[in-house]
This record gives sequence, C-alpha cells and structure tokens, in this order.
Amino acid sequence: MIIDEVLNNSFVKWMDMPEGDRDIVVSSRVRLARNLNKIPFPHLLDGNSGEQCLERIRQAWQNADNEVLSSMDMVTFDKLSTLDRLILAEKHLSSPIHSDSNLPFKAILVNGDGSMSVMVNEEDHLRLQCLLPGLRLRECYTRVEELDDKFEQNLNYAFDEKRGYLTSCPTNVGTGMRASLMLHLPALQMAGQINHVLQNIGQLGLVVRGLYGEGSEVVGNFHQLSNQVTLGQTEEDMCNYLQTITERIVEQERLLREKLQTDMKYHLEDKIGRAYGILSNARLITSEEALTLLSDVRLGVDIGFLKGISLASLNQLMVEVRPAHLQKRVGKEMEPVERDIKRAEVIKEKLTRVK
Amino acid sequence: MYCDECKKRPASVHLIQVFNGHKVESHLCEECASQKSGFIFDPANQFSIPNLLGSMFGNFNVQNVPTTAVPSICPNCGMNFMDIRKIGKLGCSECYKVYEQELEPSLRRIHGNSQHLGKIPLRGGEKVLIKKQIEVLKNQLQDAVREEQYEKAAEIRDSVKEMEGRLD
Repeated sequence: MIIDEVLNNSFVKWMDMPEGDRDIVVSSRVRLARNLNKIPFPHLLDGNSGEQCLERIRQAWQNADNEVLSSMDMVTFDKLSTLDRLILAEKHLSSPIHSDSNLPFKAILVNGDGSMSVMVNEEDHLRLQCLLPGLRLRECYTRVEELDDKFEQNLNYAFDEKRGYLTSCPTNVGTGMRASLMLHLPALQMAGQINHVLQNIGQLGLVVRGLYGEGSEVVGNFHQLSNQVTLGQTEEDMCNYLQTITERIVEQERLLREKLQTDMKYHLEDKIGRAYGILSNARLITSEEALTLLSDVRLGVDIGFLKGISLASLNQLMVEVRPAHLQKRVGKEMEPVERDIKRAEVIKEKLTRVK
Repeated sequence: MYCDECKKRPASVHLIQVFNGHKVESHLCEECASQKSGFIFDPANQFSIPNLLGSMFGNFNVQNVPTTAVPSICPNCGMNFMDIRKIGKLGCSECYKVYEQELEPSLRRIHGNSQHLGKIPLRGGEKVLIKKQIEVLKNQLQDAVREEQYEKAAEIRDSVKEMEGRLD
C-alpha cells in the first residue's frame, strides 16, 4: 500500500535537496480548492451526504485515465489512527485541521513520494496539492493543474463566470489557488530585520505564516509565504508575483549572511558550533528548542562551516523530531518527557552518524 | 468528577443557570457546557479568520443592504445569512447566487473589485470559454475591418454568429 509507505518512511519528496540554490527556499507548494456544484460544502455534510460526496470523488479518481492519479492511494480517515493522521500533517501532506477528524467521509489521496496529495472534504470538497523541494512554483502548478483537469472530466465543479471557482470560505474564491514557499531566514532574524520585512510583505498582498500554516507559530526561522488574494489575477501571474517578491527576500537574506560571515565571523561560528554541541549531546530536548538549534545548524551547513551534513537529512530530521513521528518510531504513545528523551536520541544519532 | 451531561469527560465548568427564580447548578465538561449555554471557551477561536470574516459580512450587511431584501434561507443547502455571518463560510455553491448582494461588499474588500481571470473548467465552463473566444474574434473582426480585409471580416463574423448560436 502506498499509504503505508508514506506513513512509515519519514522521507517525502519536498525534503529532497540534491544541490544548488535550495538553501533558503526549502519547498514550494501549490494548492487548489475545488468544490462540487450544488453539493453542500464539507462543514454541512453529515454521515450520509458525506459518504455520497466521497463516493463521487472516489469514482472520479478511479475512472480517470491518468498515470499520476492511478499512482495514488485513497484512505478514509476512519481507517487511520490519530497518530497516522498527525504523521500526514507533520509531513505537510494534510492540514492540522483535516488530520484532527476521524470522520469516514474525510480522506486523503497521496502518491508514493508525497509530492502529490488531495485532501477530500477538508474545508472544500477537494484540495489538490503539489509539494516540491526548492523554488519550483511553476512546476507545482503545472502538475497540480493536470490533476485538476483529470478530476474535472468526471466531476461538475462549482464555478461562476464572475467569481471563478466557488469555495466554502470566500477568501479562496476565484482561482482557489494558494501558492506558498517555505523560507529559512536566520540571517534576517539575527540582524533584527525580519519583522520589518514581514510587515512590508503584508502590504504587498502576501501572507506570512509559521511552519504549519494558519495559526502556527514561527519556529526555527521558517516562514511560509503565500498569496492572499485569489480573485482577479491568473494563476501564472500570482505565482510569478510570489516568486519575484521571494527572490528579493532571498537576495536580502544572502547579503546579510555574507555580512555576518565577514563582520561577525566568530560570533556566527560560535552560535552554530554551540547549537551543534547541544544537539549532539543533549539527553532531553523539546521540539521547540530542537527546531531553533537545527536552524543554526542548517545555517552552518549552508555557509559551509559544518561539513558532512546534508540539507536533505536536516529536512528529514525536522519532521522526525515532531511528536507523532517520534511516537510512530517507538510504536507507542509517549508522555512529553519521554518524547524529549527520544528526540534527543534521534538527533544525536543522526547528527553524529553523518558527521 | 465527570461531566453531568456526557458522563465521559472530566467536568471543568461549574454552570449556574437561573430559570424562573430557581437556581440550577451543573458540572460540565467544556464541550457540553458550550452546547448548553452557547458560551465559547476557546478565546483563540473567537479571533479565527472565519469569525473575523463573519463579522465583516455583518458590518456590511448593516450598512449597505436593506435587511428586508435578505432571503431567509438558501433553497439548496438551507443555510441562512445569519449562519454564514457566524461561521464565515458559505453553505454551498448556490449560496453565492442567493446571497450575491450581501457578499459583494466583503468579496470586494477581500479581493478588490475583481472578476475571475484564472482557469476556466472545460466542463461547466463551456459557455464562459465560448464567450471569451467570441470576445477575441470580435477584436479580430475590428482589426480586419480597419485593415479593409472584408473577406476575412465576413468569415470572422460568420464564426461569431455560429458561436453565439451555441450559447443559446
């Protein structure tokens, strides 16, 4: 089963970082919200109507003659444990809200490497997403659009000439598209400029969120940047705009990294060295402390100060230290303290092994 | 102590209600208490985006739209506009038509004064696609007339007619 592969393997596609310009933009994601015409939106569905809605979507998936769709597995949420649903959210394949529910008409479709996934009956009937490593928004859109075309052949979408794709929440109406980029911006943080940058972004019609989307905190200097407006622009224009703004932020971050390396070489290397020291020697570590220190280590790898650690293994570690992944590894529920102990072990093993 | 209502979750709320001068005390869990008294316990939830959006619908409704014009419920899904305001979500695709007037100001506030320019589904969007093609052809027709290419103009005019026929 594809889903078992995804649940048991902590590696998914977006963590892959072969080489090149992928240090600051960690991953790209494009998500399309789609609904079925005249069928009540998911928050109004009950057992019966929910089942019917799910069935239509299942049929559309099964009848579609498409390689990508046939490489995906569909699992309803009553068939997954709470832990497994959280695993999907920690990997960014499902949203925290979606994973919170075990209703039988809520489901996920996912492919083997986790690059394509579809949330069924989350806030909208369908939320199709493509998640890739690095700055690859256009590729994400092309791939998710193909999926959308195939679903559309077998489903009547809710669409209005003036308003575009109709969504449960009016903030998504129009293209129904949310394009996001996950950025790692430690130098902007150290230079005390991050708040200034983020405030300005708000005025540019973009939204900044934490590592796990809406309502999540910023940890480890990871910021998720996405478009706010979904109506009145083409998908391509929205992606281009987000990319242009991001390139400016990346430029700024790079400039500051260089400056830190020349002006504050010892301070910077001290900070990175200490972070590495704590991570490879701690016996107890909280999720938040781990992510904060992993951010420093990541910067150390980016600037070439720490050798022998790959960005891909750091991406993987960021997810492996989350509560559900730790519990899945051990195979039982754990108290926070037990998790802190296990987390320290996992980090130590990984960091000292690759070094 | 367990909740008086569901007898499953631990009681964390001491609820005192007065009915006709009689005091009724109950020990409830948060979930049952919120159902019973309508009290919201999660302060973060009150400031969630749907809630803020909901209040936005509300303000505009009061200022701009005569309340008499509000149809009571959406015939397709049964949602009334009060519910939409409360949760910040619509009930179904038909709600967009039923509550068009009420939604207009808040959509304008969220997205600007805009019309959809993005992707159009082939299915369900046929008419929109034809209309767009007609627009393109009409522009070509004008160009052809301006350049005095009357034969070409006549051809384009015929295809416009043919497409307009498909719209009916």
